[in-house]
Amino acid sequence: MISPSVYIARHMQVMLATLGDMIRSPMSNLMTIAVMGIALALPTGLHVILKNVQQVTAQWDGAAQISLFMKPSVTDKQADQLANILQKRQDVKSVTRITRSEALEEFRKNSGFGEALEALEDNPFPAVIVVFPTEQSDNLLTVQTMLASFKQRPEVELAQLDMQWLKRLYAIMDFGRRGIWVLAAMLSLSVLLVVGNTIRLAIQNRRDEIEIIKLIGGTDAFIRRPFLYTGFWYGLSGGILSWLLVTLSIWLLSGPVSQLATLYDSNYSLSSLDLLGSIILLGLSIFLGLAGSWIAVSRHLDAIEPE
Amino acid sequence: MIEFHNVSKRYPGSGDALSRVSFKLAGGEMAFLTGHSGAGKSTLLKLIAVLIRPTNGQVLINNENIGHISRRRIPYVRRNVGIIFQDHKLLFDRTVFDNVALPLVIAGVSHREIGRRVRASLDKVGLLNKEKSLPITLSGGQQQRVGIARAVVNKPPILLADEPTGNLDPELSREIMELFAQFQQVGVSVLIASHDLDLISQMGHKVLTLDEGRMVAGGMHNAPQGEPR
Ligand SMILES: Nc1ncnc2c1ncn2[C@@H]1O[C@H](COP(=O)(O)OP(=O)(O)OP(=O)(O)O)[C@@H](O)[C@H]1O
Ligand SMILES: [Mg+2]
Repeated sequence: MISPSVYIARHMQVMLATLGDMIRSPMSNLMTIAVMGIALALPTGLHVILKNVQQVTAQWDGAAQISLFMKPSVTDKQADQLANILQKRQDVKSVTRITRSEALEEFRKNSGFGEALEALEDNPFPAVIVVFPTEQSDNLLTVQTMLASFKQRPEVELAQLDMQWLKRLYAIMDFGRRGIWVLAAMLSLSVLLVVGNTIRLAIQNRRDEIEIIKLIGGTDAFIRRPFLYTGFWYGLSGGILSWLLVTLSIWLLSGPVSQLATLYDSNYSLSSLDLLGSIILLGLSIFLGLAGSWIAVSRHLDAIEPE
Repeated sequence: MIEFHNVSKRYPGSGDALSRVSFKLAGGEMAFLTGHSGAGKSTLLKLIAVLIRPTNGQVLINNENIGHISRRRIPYVRRNVGIIFQDHKLLFDRTVFDNVALPLVIAGVSHREIGRRVRASLDKVGLLNKEKSLPITLSGGQQQRVGIARAVVNKPPILLADEPTGNLDPELSREIMELFAQFQQVGVSVLIASHDLDLISQMGHKVLTLDEGRMVAGGMHNAPQGEPR
């Protein structure tokens, strides 16, 4: 009965009309949009920060190293021999030796306690062998078995894996990720309720109109349509606002972060939300806007019946 | 066009508002529905617009029993029934044009066609120069005519009016009734509830009279109880 082009034209017309209505009464709509934008920006921003932390640690991921501190009785020569043995292992990429005197020298230079050291008769520093695993064996499990076998060596006083902190960081990040999901779920629910409530008020304000439209043969779909489009616009503008908030915050943080990175000899710079992330954010926001208005409409429209 | 067979309507918690009412209104026929206050006139009209459902009996429009149609079908039945209300039921934040256009917008008529048909309809009720006005700026009689223009704009085969001249002076009332008669002449079935007996007798159309929910004049004899038609 209705041709497709008329159908599409009608949808476009309702879509633009609802947008026009929203622009004409900006204050109440801006409140709803602001609540949506902020609520969505919070988990999104945290997600972006976590992703950045992940990127930073990924750069350090391939840098597991095992420091072997020799017993005081072990001479530099004995340490050399051990280093040669370790060098031949399949899972070892390279080995660095720090002799006792090198360790002492380094300490003297960097610590400023040089005078105090002069007073000591013996060099208190042990020889150190630093072992770098090959790329294949550079994962937590293999490195830990390597560590265990090094500890067995009679020359070794202490074997230390410089990856422990990384493991802890990963655990913290995993916790953070879950926390963000919980936060996102809760805030999404509140966005749903905010949109639902706004649409519910809009339905109440237009009660007479809805009743008249039902009287003269308007279908449920026809009556629903403007409210669903209003929900759509809330979703879209709330999504855009949260995107802007996140991007702005990252931009504000990027200056201090790159300064910090220079201190660590890195040219790392903060990355903001990528394209996929932006699309997901907008899509989720629009979905929440539509779903919220759908719930309000299906709960409240049936109650309005002409008499 | 419209047929009632043994129709009864009981509102919850009260007696029968209509009891075993039977009558027929052919296509292109015009009739007045009269009776004392509380006789059941509004109830009968509401049954035709499916605003309420009958407790018993059959309400047929074009041989379709609309007493039991699904909720989804109701809007499409209402599109074939133009209704004029005593309190006009206009949208006061829309222009006269937009009010009259509403049934066409609902039916998905194209933009250009809407303009043409709304103006034809407003011309018919003599309000073409008021299309940009807001209803609040119009007199009671003019608002009533906007309501009529809206009811007829998509050319429904049935026109119902519930006390359309309730608070209009006799001259205006007569004008409105003449307008209805014009629609009847082009083939629309018109049913008007009114207790303005003088005017009704002047118009000289079929009269259906209700008394305490029973049709005491103008109806059909009831079929024997238990076997409707
Ligand atoms: N929604 C309702 N609930 C209960 N009873 C109702 C309802 N509507 C109407 N009635 C009753 O049904 C009977 C018929 O009412 P109806 O409105 O059809 O009368 P009417 O002929 O239109 O009267 P009037 O001329 O005053 O408009 C009345 O006794 C009325 O009290
Ligand atoms: Mg009445």
